[in-house]
Amino acid sequence: MQVNLKIFRYNPEVDATFHYETYTLESDETDRILDLLEHVKGYHDGTLSFRRSCAHGICGSDAMRINGKNALACKTLVRDVGDHITVEPLLGLKVQKDLIVDMEPFFDNYKKVLPYFINDSPLPADGRERLQSPEERARFDDTTKCILCAACTTSCPSFWAHDDYLGPAALVTAHRFIYDSRDEAAAERMHIVSETSGLARCHTIFNCTMACPRDIQITKAIGELKMTSLTGKLD
Amino acid sequence: MANVHQFEVVVVGAGGAGLMAALYASRGAKTAVISKLYPTRSHTGTAQGGISAALGNYEEDKPEWHTYDTVKGSDYLGDQDAIEFMCEEAIEAVIELEHMGLPFDRTPEGRIAQRPFGGHTNNETGKPVRRAAHAADRTGHMILQTLYQQCLKNKVNFFDEFQILDFLVTDGKTAGVVAVELATGELHTFHAKAVIFATGGHGRIFEVTSNCYAYTGDGLAVLLRQGIPLEDMEFFQFHPTGIFKLGILITEGVRGEGGVLINGVGDRFMTKYAPSVKDLASRDVVSRAIYTEIREGRGVNGKNYIHLDVRPESVNKYAAIDGRTNLDGSAYTITGTQLLAKLPDIIDFCRVYLGVDPVTQMMPIQPTAHYSMGGIPTNKFGEVVIDSNNTPFPGLYAAGECACVSVHGANRLGTNSLLDLVVFGKHAGLKAAEFAQQADYQKLPSNPEAGALFQVEALRTGSGQENAFEINAEMKTIMFDDVGVYRTEKGMKEALEKVWALQERFKHVKVTDTGKIFNTELLSAWELGNMLEVAEVITESALNRQESRGGHSREDYPQRDDKNWLKHTLAWKKDGKVVIDYKPVTITKYQPKARVY
Repeated sequence: MQVNLKIFRYNPEVDATFHYETYTLESDETDRILDLLEHVKGYHDGTLSFRRSCAHGICGSDAMRINGKNALACKTLVRDVGDHITVEPLLGLKVQKDLIVDMEPFFDNYKKVLPYFINDSPLPADGRERLQSPEERARFDDTTKCILCAACTTSCPSFWAHDDYLGPAALVTAHRFIYDSRDEAAAERMHIVSETSGLARCHTIFNCTMACPRDIQITKAIGELKMTSLTGKLD
Repeated sequence: MANVHQFEVVVVGAGGAGLMAALYASRGAKTAVISKLYPTRSHTGTAQGGISAALGNYEEDKPEWHTYDTVKGSDYLGDQDAIEFMCEEAIEAVIELEHMGLPFDRTPEGRIAQRPFGGHTNNETGKPVRRAAHAADRTGHMILQTLYQQCLKNKVNFFDEFQILDFLVTDGKTAGVVAVELATGELHTFHAKAVIFATGGHGRIFEVTSNCYAYTGDGLAVLLRQGIPLEDMEFFQFHPTGIFKLGILITEGVRGEGGVLINGVGDRFMTKYAPSVKDLASRDVVSRAIYTEIREGRGVNGKNYIHLDVRPESVNKYAAIDGRTNLDGSAYTITGTQLLAKLPDIIDFCRVYLGVDPVTQMMPIQPTAHYSMGGIPTNKFGEVVIDSNNTPFPGLYAAGECACVSVHGANRLGTNSLLDLVVFGKHAGLKAAEFAQQADYQKLPSNPEAGALFQVEALRTGSGQENAFEINAEMKTIMFDDVGVYRTEKGMKEALEKVWALQERFKHVKVTDTGKIFNTELLSAWELGNMLEVAEVITESALNRQESRGGHSREDYPQRDDKNWLKHTLAWKKDGKVVIDYKPVTITKYQPKARVY
């Protein structure tokens, strides 16, 4: 089948502003959008720039807007979006070149929520693992799936409006640790996410949940954090 | 020479091995990590099924059994002192990951959950043993996340999206590396006492692969250019179960949970090839079995794929035939809901890429290029050793897939890669820091960027008569068809000629992007040059080894030949040619014997 692929282009070394270029390509309906981008780069315009690595939805490199919706280019097939395809960079982060955006503000927000396991209590005397029941483990399973692709955060109107908002991805990370029965810094993290730039900026718009390529129930996770913020209870 | 940084230890690569090395090195030395990807994008994140350790959380297991299974899996080419070391360290390594917060699945008692995997056995009964510690089917993802998080906690210095281009040597000792910052195109010199290579694999030289785009053998090619040899490069693992055509990995954990391989006429064929452990035989054995079935006309619909069947009714049927039981002795059964909980990502991949639901349909699969057993020669402390006498190169270390310790020998057991990178990443980090504490910085070469600039200029000033993407595609086809699961002298000689021709054509590639900011075209072209170097070394090494062993399967030499070939290959690139030498295999307890599953 033939597809029309319209790509956002911007090269700061050449262009005063962005423009779109359209390529007509032969494709199979099972081709990934990433395959089409690779084809354009290889045979039409070598300067086209985008990030990619694993090509099957795990590394989180190639989140972008595909027909207006945030998605991973490697996890979106032609048959999912039809033969008129528009590809643009994520919103809310500065475009550095073509489909590449500046991820630093995103990772800076991630780093604000103490995104690491904290437990300073003595280790089990037998030298073995800390115990955790399957139920305790299941409590935060969903948020361990996050691949930091930024599809959620950059789909959030509140993030677009507020540079200081931590955004859904950072809150997902906070959730992953706050509800881990082994972690001891829940109170500290709750304090961080309860600041104005945290939970209060979430208006339950659900864009994040719709955008997540890992099907994490992000709005639900943020809702749980809000409930804990109100009640002080972790369960 | 505008950008010069000085760190006692520089780690190149931020996957599991690089991050583990950085974590340990940074405790004793000023350490930086440079990585061409954001660390969380690294390929460790795609590992699925588990990390092995004889924790014995369900049933009896011992490091000695793990050691023997690994030796046997390696087809006796692994160095047994290193394997023993790894398997003994395994328990502590996995427990340490748990202490770092890694969310392993749990047993009802709250311990780390484990599942059976290919080649993991109770040495007394020969039956599969639950040794693979797992976090659903995203164990690698959780390891990568956890290690990156711990590095942040420990304030490790990261240079994200910096691509290494050159390794600097002064008077035969490590002096540092040169890298390009992708966002600006600026070259940076990292002056270092010790450098740890953790640059991963190179499966992208093959047409069908489970490997990420970043797996282009950069670290290997950079060191090869500086006169460092590569070890056992002919041994490349083809994982039996990749998604047909795409190569995306379907974890062995699927078979661990009871999935079976079915050919085009509906037979569960592994009973023929591995009567004892059947579908859970070693990966090389299963991949060859699949190829044989396809060649003999028993592919599905006459095509070059077969089915992986994990539908609950099939799992339950074959589990009953095999007499598989739960720990309490009851018959092993599984439901669709349980499958979804245990293998969520696999089910998602199949639904997205194939439109197939594994709970109700069979998955079309074919072997996929997966893992390099060979690489930069090291000892068990991660020190790079550069000749037959295992002489260390001062200040140079390697760990993870890019390294060859060798613990995997001719064929790696599933889950031992994650173990490898955690154990040897840690020890490379410790050793590098220890070295840095007593060593001085070597003087930098007078123009450290010269080598990097030379390479980049060549790509900018080629005639432009050749297209890098076409060369890339041709290389992948040649390597997959003629240096893949089955190999012959004729096929490999032709492949070698073709690779040489591609290397010539590569000289005429011209990068059209003249800019500095995120010049990904330049980066991709440079990576292609690395892949062509690595492809040549693999082919030469494979052509040279006239026997079949593990992942190296010669149709013209179908038997293992311990008399002549129980030795490691070392391959150098000298004056444009591959030069080969050997070094002995370390054998401690286990004398080679026939390998039957």
